[in-house]
Amino acid sequence: MKVYLIKKLLLLIPLLIGVTSITFTLTKTLPGDPVYSMVGERAQPEVIEKIRKELGSDKNIIIQYLGYIKLLIKGEFGRSYYTNRKVIDDLLSKFPNTLKLALGAMIIAISFGLFLGFISAYKRGTFTDRIISSLSVTGLSIPVFLSGLLIMLFFSLKLKLLPPSGTGDLRFLILPSVTLSLPALATLARITRTTLIEVFDMPFVTTAKAKGIGELKINFVHVLKNALIPIVTVIGLDFGSYLNGAVLTETIFGWDGIGRFTMEGIIKRDYPVIMGCIIVGTTIFVIINLIIDILYHSLDPRVRLYGKNR
Amino acid sequence: MGKTGKISLYLLVFISLLSFSAPLISPYDPDKIDLDSIKNAPGLQHLFGTDNKGRDVFSRVLHGGRISIIVAVLATFLSMGIGLVIGLFSGYLGGKIDTAIMAIVDLILSFPALLLAIGVSVVLPPGIYTVMIAIAAVGWASFARLIRGYILIVKEAPFVEAAKALGCSQTRVLFIHLMPQCIPLVLVLMGLKLGGYILTEASLSFLGLGAQPPAATWGSMVSASRSYISSAPWMVLFPGFMIAITALCFNALGDSLRDRYGLKIKY
Repeated sequence: MKVYLIKKLLLLIPLLIGVTSITFTLTKTLPGDPVYSMVGERAQPEVIEKIRKELGSDKNIIIQYLGYIKLLIKGEFGRSYYTNRKVIDDLLSKFPNTLKLALGAMIIAISFGLFLGFISAYKRGTFTDRIISSLSVTGLSIPVFLSGLLIMLFFSLKLKLLPPSGTGDLRFLILPSVTLSLPALATLARITRTTLIEVFDMPFVTTAKAKGIGELKINFVHVLKNALIPIVTVIGLDFGSYLNGAVLTETIFGWDGIGRFTMEGIIKRDYPVIMGCIIVGTTIFVIINLIIDILYHSLDPRVRLYGKNR
Repeated sequence: MGKTGKISLYLLVFISLLSFSAPLISPYDPDKIDLDSIKNAPGLQHLFGTDNKGRDVFSRVLHGGRISIIVAVLATFLSMGIGLVIGLFSGYLGGKIDTAIMAIVDLILSFPALLLAIGVSVVLPPGIYTVMIAIAAVGWASFARLIRGYILIVKEAPFVEAAKALGCSQTRVLFIHLMPQCIPLVLVLMGLKLGGYILTEASLSFLGLGAQPPAATWGSMVSASRSYISSAPWMVLFPGFMIAITALCFNALGDSLRDRYGLKIKY
């Protein structure tokens, strides 16, 4: 377990090098002075001088890259071209909002996804199953921005139940969370269904039935426990879709999180903001993947042995 | 193929035919601004209504579809081509090369795809080629991973041994004997991925990183018209539904192909 964890942690290094090289190349390819593109035109001369020293613009490219990494570790992501605020401050203040949204969406996706998948598997081949299955394929095919706009149109503009946009308490959170949860919910329902059906057919389930164990206990203890592993993987892998979706959902609902911040950066070509968002976004994603990996380990002892071949 | 698969295939052919013959059949010039008929509701004169500049939404949807479908299809072929070659080599050669390639694949698969695509499209100037490259830069990895896994199994088959015994060269075994074995898998994967790529293309266009105005794709049409959602909902709904229907058909087609070939690919 320890060896595995260390290996995983070591894998983080090339990943982060990859991301930072992309953003570093970006600062180099942008027109004009790379220092200006990091701190913005309106930065104080001392700051520019300091960063120029750290970056070592006259030295070779590797030393420049190392200087860039040093700045990143210090949290110096540069300043926005437009607001002249430090990107890192904005990211930190917006992060809790994105986290709230992602957690809300995750709760909705997991509870409804598992529930629908379970029903669908349990009643496989019936009308209910077909309805749920087609709904989940549809859920996978509707782009988040469309479902968001439709939900907004119906629930806040037509029915006037909830506010259409803004950041605030639970009332503001419901619509964007539901929107963000839809693709993940659909994937989860599908995976739950296929995995459960596979497990239903396994010999140990027949054995359990033959032993006269009640249906409820077989379903919840024997089947669900064994089906949980692929499901947890999907929940983890899907975290990327929350990050992806957050960019679109937050923009549509005016939710003041990292996603909308990224979108605004893209529209205004505010490069320090875009780079900061990409670096922070991928780092969060990778850390979450790591946590899921650890969870995976504690769920299934088999993974500990064969983890390498996964 | 099941009934759903067939219906989806026919629908896809229909949508593609309509989009590709857009210059011939679209009733209006898609970019022609007509300030006398702004935000007209759908009717006989304008089938899908008009937008905030009086442009015919139906004509724009047809023209936009052409770009959306071409971009998604080419991006799929690009990812599949790269993934197929890398997967073949990785699975067949095995050993250290395989480990190294799979490490890179894992690396790419553990990125949030849209963020990475955003990164690519920021480095390159926005446009349809950028979208294709952005999709393929991320997309090849999952093709490579699945094809490699398949080759690992197939390469142990007796016919491979026979080919080797008959003195076939490594490249001949790889490309003449093993590659055709991947065709069903490749077809199924392409079907399953195309739906997703339609959505990625739409999302990137929605973010303004795709085709640049005045050219429109379905995604950029939804993006441009979202502030009119309550006053002229048809401006959003028609291009939006086209994205959803096309993606849905590709997903359903991929699913039924998968069932037909009895492949177990989980998504």
